[in-house]
Amino acid sequence: MSRIQQLFHRKKQRVLNVYCTAGYPKLQDTLEVILALEQNGADLIELGMPYSDPLADGPVIQASSTIALQNGMSIEVLFEQLKELRLKTNIPVILMGYMNPVLQYGFERFCKEAAAVGVDGLILPDLPEYEYETIYGSIIKNNALDFIFLVTPETSEGRIRKLDTLSSGFLYAVSSSATTGNDKDFTPVESYLQRLKDMSLRNPVLVGFGIKDKASFETAGKYTNGAIIGSAYIKALEHSADIRATTKQFLQQVLQ
Amino acid sequence: MVTTYQQPDAQGYYGQFGGAYIPEMLHRNVAELREQYLTIMQEPDFKAEFEALLKDYVGRPTPLFHAERLSEELGATIFLKREDLCHTGAHKINNTIGQILLARRLGKTRIIAETGAGQHGVATATVCALKGMQCIVYMGEKDIERQAPNVARMKMLGATVVPAISGSKTLKDATNEAIRDWINNPHDTHYIIGSVVGPHPYPDMVARFQSVISKETRQQLLEKTGTELPTHVVACVGGGSNAAGAFYHFLDEKEVKLVAVEAAGHGVHTGMSAATTQLGKPGILHGSKSLLMQTADGQVIEPHSISAGLDYPGIGPLHAYLFESRRGVFLSATDEEALASAFHVSKTEGIIPALETAHAFAILDKLNLKSTDRVVVCLSGRGDKDLATYMQHL
Repeated sequence: MSRIQQLFHRKKQRVLNVYCTAGYPKLQDTLEVILALEQNGADLIELGMPYSDPLADGPVIQASSTIALQNGMSIEVLFEQLKELRLKTNIPVILMGYMNPVLQYGFERFCKEAAAVGVDGLILPDLPEYEYETIYGSIIKNNALDFIFLVTPETSEGRIRKLDTLSSGFLYAVSSSATTGNDKDFTPVESYLQRLKDMSLRNPVLVGFGIKDKASFETAGKYTNGAIIGSAYIKALEHSADIRATTKQFLQQVLQ
Repeated sequence: MVTTYQQPDAQGYYGQFGGAYIPEMLHRNVAELREQYLTIMQEPDFKAEFEALLKDYVGRPTPLFHAERLSEELGATIFLKREDLCHTGAHKINNTIGQILLARRLGKTRIIAETGAGQHGVATATVCALKGMQCIVYMGEKDIERQAPNVARMKMLGATVVPAISGSKTLKDATNEAIRDWINNPHDTHYIIGSVVGPHPYPDMVARFQSVISKETRQQLLEKTGTELPTHVVACVGGGSNAAGAFYHFLDEKEVKLVAVEAAGHGVHTGMSAATTQLGKPGILHGSKSLLMQTADGQVIEPHSISAGLDYPGIGPLHAYLFESRRGVFLSATDEEALASAFHVSKTEGIIPALETAHAFAILDKLNLKSTDRVVVCLSGRGDKDLATYMQHL
């Protein structure tokens, strides 16, 4: 069982996944952010690999990616930083990023090195399921990495079933048709989450996009196994003088 | 299905290039388009409406003009395909007419588009006005400053111009913003992409709408020369929509040389260039796999060209395939060469070409033409929009 699967085996409710951008706010902050998140109640880390053209992300995460790139972050630098990851923490870590930098790094080399530093899974939103099934899925599996597909309120039931079958670890339910960090009203999302719940999917489900506080986290938790917070945390880090204090304060207002 | 030059395979691949590398949030809209575009385009009433608008609104067929003085100078027969005479001043409107008719048949009421120099934005705003549809055009903040007259035209036509303030604030970022808008508005909106780029089916769909250029060219050559085939077709390439249209009906005629001209900017190896086939590697941008200018880490490089319409770090997947398979000849012209050629064509033929088009003219003397050669140059747009640049060099 992978670290992610173990987590969901142990904890079925209120699982909190927090997104952070590698190399943000400062290049060397990556591990410190991960450890601060773990110590203050996050169950899972989604670590963003910055890209110049992040299509699925809104302005907050794109701005953090731009800063991380200016700081000198790259896949190579990230893997160097993550060499100490498993000496310090056992929290599951998922790398999230876009296909192009991964392809340039070499897809197989990327998967191998990710697994070697103790990464547990991947989210690549612009890797389509056709290419996953024909080319990349087997490479990911051979390296014992989980792969998490996204579903949205627009995804048909048949397609949700298919993406659930292809996913391992969990299924990422995008809360609404939106890019990350939007302010859309969360209420209409509930019928969609109910629909997902009624489908009794193979994988646990985490809800992302638009989760920013205790209220939205609790709502997501009513229907699914938990939620993913991204932009709201990045915003909190933006003006932070003390990563630990900021992270503690941020997670307290979500979890308590 | 087999990949041919005219038709990608079922997944949208031309050789290794193409596909649909999109996040799940775009899946339904792109799948809807993929499932319906060919059927709709083949419906008799769609065809009739498309052709009538091309004729009576755009002003097609555009002339194929025998440029006698250029011919004499170059020692070959030079024909100019006059896309500059299309309504709005460039070939871009062939595609926006097609896509707006398609959008209406898909039940969409809101149109979004990206634009660099503003030509595609103007062509989109124009057809939205024509059909009474809401129009939002994303344009890089820097391009809004550089292309004030086209911004004014779009506004006058009733469009909302939204500045793209992310990343490098130019065409690629305007495209990112348009895609994000589509993600956020999945029900009522159609995205009119302006070039043969983007996820499948866009490259094929836009190429088909632009293919009217080469369809007419064949007919006109037959009338003028007694043969349908030229020896060369020359077109400038940014994303590659005018080139795709000018090449389309010659793609499978192996004896016709297809010459694509990229923008070398200050020079291919100066770090200030947009010559994608020279500088790019296979990569993924805006939903398709193609050649892409990028760093060793896979971050997209901001290109440079004096012409905002060629200032794009990628190239359509069809062109990447033409390049890789050597079916196409890819050359480049610098800013300086394009400018010189714009002035030369103006004085020689009485036609002021767009800066983009000037790149195509700039390489004609490098083709080693023979007296029996028949060369078609796609005169993709007129130069009025570039007067501010031209005035600095008078």
